[in-house]
Amino acid sequence: MSAKIATRDAYGRALVAVGAENPHIVVLDADLAKSTKTIEFKKRFPERFFDFGVAEQNMMGTAAGLAAAGKIPFCSTFAVFATGRAFDQVRQSIAYTRLNVKIAASHAGITVGEDGASHQSIEDIALMRVLPHMTVFVPADAREVEGAVRAAVEIEGPVYIRLGRAPVPVLHGDDFAFVPGRALEMRPGRDATVIATGIMVAAALEAAALLEPEGLDVRVLDIHTIKPLDVAAVVAAARETGAVVTAEEHSIIGGLGSAVAEVLGEHCPVPLRRVGLADVFGESGRPDELLVKYGLTPEHVAEAVRAVVRRKGR
Amino acid sequence: MEETLAALAARARVIRRHIIRMLGEAGSGHPGGSLSAAEIVTALYFHVMRLDPARPGWPDRDRFVLSKGHACPVLYAALAERGFFPPEELLTLRKLGSRLQGHPDMKKLPGVEMSTGSLGQGLSAANGMALAARLDGRDYRVYVLLGDGEIQEGQVWEAAMAAAHYRLDNLTAFLDYNSLQIDGPCREVMSVEPVAEKWRAFGWHVLEIDGHSFAAILGAVEEAKRTRGRPTMVVARTVKGKGVSFMEHQVDWHGAAPKGDQVEQALRELA
Repeated sequence: MSAKIATRDAYGRALVAVGAENPHIVVLDADLAKSTKTIEFKKRFPERFFDFGVAEQNMMGTAAGLAAAGKIPFCSTFAVFATGRAFDQVRQSIAYTRLNVKIAASHAGITVGEDGASHQSIEDIALMRVLPHMTVFVPADAREVEGAVRAAVEIEGPVYIRLGRAPVPVLHGDDFAFVPGRALEMRPGRDATVIATGIMVAAALEAAALLEPEGLDVRVLDIHTIKPLDVAAVVAAARETGAVVTAEEHSIIGGLGSAVAEVLGEHCPVPLRRVGLADVFGESGRPDELLVKYGLTPEHVAEAVRAVVRRKGR
Repeated sequence: MEETLAALAARARVIRRHIIRMLGEAGSGHPGGSLSAAEIVTALYFHVMRLDPARPGWPDRDRFVLSKGHACPVLYAALAERGFFPPEELLTLRKLGSRLQGHPDMKKLPGVEMSTGSLGQGLSAANGMALAARLDGRDYRVYVLLGDGEIQEGQVWEAAMAAAHYRLDNLTAFLDYNSLQIDGPCREVMSVEPVAEKWRAFGWHVLEIDGHSFAAILGAVEEAKRTRGRPTMVVARTVKGKGVSFMEHQVDWHGAAPKGDQVEQALRELA
């Protein structure tokens, strides 16, 4: 964990890399190219970049048409607009049709910061996860972004990639291999498991370190693929550690926490706590202040682990 | 395939008969806006478009997007008559397991270029196909049919702006201007007027024609092909329910299927 890199910056670089390899890749944006970092692709391949202005619905529909004619469109805007404003276009023209459209949405979660609740997507994982045919990636660091982008190119069908604004630690080394749908055990442990996604993977690792002096041996799973979820890894973690905490920069309704609860409810019920936004909208503030106020720090994750461990064996 | 005007008129009659039979058999569906678009769709499939039913995925084919997806009976009838699938299959419309879904599904039925049904999305998709043609250096053309009630959707105007911005002169849109929508006359529900001026203001080449005249439709298509640097919108004045006396101009036939005697009478009128 050295230099921090925002996942949107890693996306801009990954797009240029795959764009150089695959001439079918085109990139669409809705007046946010500088923020989503698709501007990097625009600079390199201007003839394959299309700006649609402040019109996300048309961008998604146009991507469907491009895909129907053999292109591989990557559509970018803020997550709140990609999945909320244009939900019906994503549902009807992209998911239902199983067209080869990639939606890479940045500025997800409350670490958008000062722009406030209107721009902080806390429901995008839920909205994309519920759609048949949709693959959902939530990369935790720059290397996972590159892996997710490359995987998205390989997958024949719609893919959602959730990206963030704020710089985050690089968790993986040069040799990291991204395997879609496979959870990563970032740290072994026997007493409880934190199942985390996105920026909360780093927080989960810190939480595990905080709990070590208390004699708690905490496993950390990095779920970069929300859908299809690695059911075997989730069930094994519950069975082997007996208590689970989920951690996500998203509502606790409909996202990773819900996905894990669904699996555990059916296969292996154990004490569970969901760390995330507790059915509330965010607000303006610095990212670090917001993470504290809305309960998304390593300390919050650690407290949730203590709580589920106390409930074990009752 | 370039059928003569007389052959096209006969073909449209056959397509209208298919529409009535399909909807009678299905027991639900949308006759009014299917019948109003019969000449436009017939002209495209039997005179205008470069197609090969044996190769529905042929990269150089012309594309047609039925943005007003509820009018799919007219599309299905044209596709079957053109040889994309057996006409007998038309009678499976809206039934469990059928490839002929209540609204078009591109993954199920060969010849359907885009799944539609949620209104206002087809023009965006057509824009994407037209952009792809330019990127690939292909000379296929893209046609799209919109409903008049449909253009009340905001996305249509986002797409209208984009088509002009990107100078998509390989795109031709038709507006099936039959003046009626589910809740009544468009001018009472939500006026779309002045419609031609709206599209002109958005940067389109706009033509206004009689949407039941094959000569006018073919003339408009030729003019659109000659137009450079702008997409063309053909505002086609039509009659909802056209060809069946008791359906013409009747808003209640937007989304109600004919039954027994009504099917017989309609088929007699279309004989």
